[in-house]
Amino acid sequence: MRTPQTVAHSRIAAIGEHRPAATLSNDELAARGVDTNDEWIRTRTGIQRRHVAGPDETVVSMGIEAAAKALANAGLGGHDIDLVVLATCTIARPIPGGSARIATGIGAAGVGAFDVNAACGGFCYALSVASDAIRVGNAQRAVVVGSEKLTDFLDWPDRGTSILFGDGAAAVVVERADEPGIGPVAWGSDGDQYDSVWIPEDDWAIRMDGPAVFRWATTQLAPVARRACELAGVELSDLAAFVPHQANVRIIDGLVRGLKLPDTVAVARDIATTGNTSSASVPLALASLINAGSVSSGDLALLLAFGAGLTYAGQVVRVP
Amino acid sequence: MPQQEILAQLAQIVNEIAGVPVADITPEKTFLDDLDVDSLSMVEIATAAEDKWGIRIPDDDLKELKTVGDAVNYIEKAGVAA
Repeated sequence: MRTPQTVAHSRIAAIGEHRPAATLSNDELAARGVDTNDEWIRTRTGIQRRHVAGPDETVVSMGIEAAAKALANAGLGGHDIDLVVLATCTIARPIPGGSARIATGIGAAGVGAFDVNAACGGFCYALSVASDAIRVGNAQRAVVVGSEKLTDFLDWPDRGTSILFGDGAAAVVVERADEPGIGPVAWGSDGDQYDSVWIPEDDWAIRMDGPAVFRWATTQLAPVARRACELAGVELSDLAAFVPHQANVRIIDGLVRGLKLPDTVAVARDIATTGNTSSASVPLALASLINAGSVSSGDLALLLAFGAGLTYAGQVVRVP
Repeated sequence: MPQQEILAQLAQIVNEIAGVPVADITPEKTFLDDLDVDSLSMVEIATAAEDKWGIRIPDDDLKELKTVGDAVNYIEKAGVAA
């Protein structure tokens, strides 16, 4: 028996995003019968609008779109990929997962493929697992996708949730590297708070105890962010960007305050026009920073994803 | 700590977090309706109060603190118990 030859490092080679064409403004949301208005939503969440998938768009189709763009941006094709990992918590049915269909859809039929459900924490988990698979030699090059159709699980009159979420997907290509490009992961969970964000057993829609989640996120996650930096041997002042899960701009602001993040660090606030897209939110937010020119290739960015479970994971990466 | 002192320090916290003028923060006022302090700001106020007085205000208790006076009484009792 033998084991594969390991390599020291991995990196994100490219990123791709898919934002559904249709958007839903706060006023349009109110017109759906939600007891709220634009000012109420903006001041409580920082959200101005969100993208909503069309009836023909699915977790799989959006994931294929995003993955194909990431491959194109890397100058690669499906035949260059030998692992697909999909982070999602809103696939329509538990079986089958979406990763194998995404692999087929991007021309990588037959490769290793599996789904990760760590809810809004999912992307950073999936990225870590894919990175490790490459470093130990079980894969040469992976596509990691975060794709969510949360609007399928929203009870519109429930303004504690319906104002927050949107749909979308983003993907990265992960490959071997000569220099460190994906840092060690700081991850963990809190099963005692399983019911603070959940779909109850006799229910179909996402329900949330907003204040409980807010307290958890703003008091427990700054140490996780610091730990991810320590594991990577990086100071907060070395970072070009902080890309937290886009759950609520007030959580983002609370994290920035709690970390005493230097002004030189660009903070992703993609939530304003995207809402909370769960496992797609971190890569979508990273893509928006790249598109805006707020970060450059090779810059250090701290990713931090967290959500239902409760679960959390974060790592420092080099921007593709 | 006398209630008046707790009120003054709590008012400072509420002012810093929610931007409510200190003079408006009196015991009979409700956080939500009178002072327009929403549930997430209440969490921030609670965690600031926890740090300041070394107390614990669980979410279930926090939801019962409707008025400024409720909060002052709670902090006073929690402080005595500690």
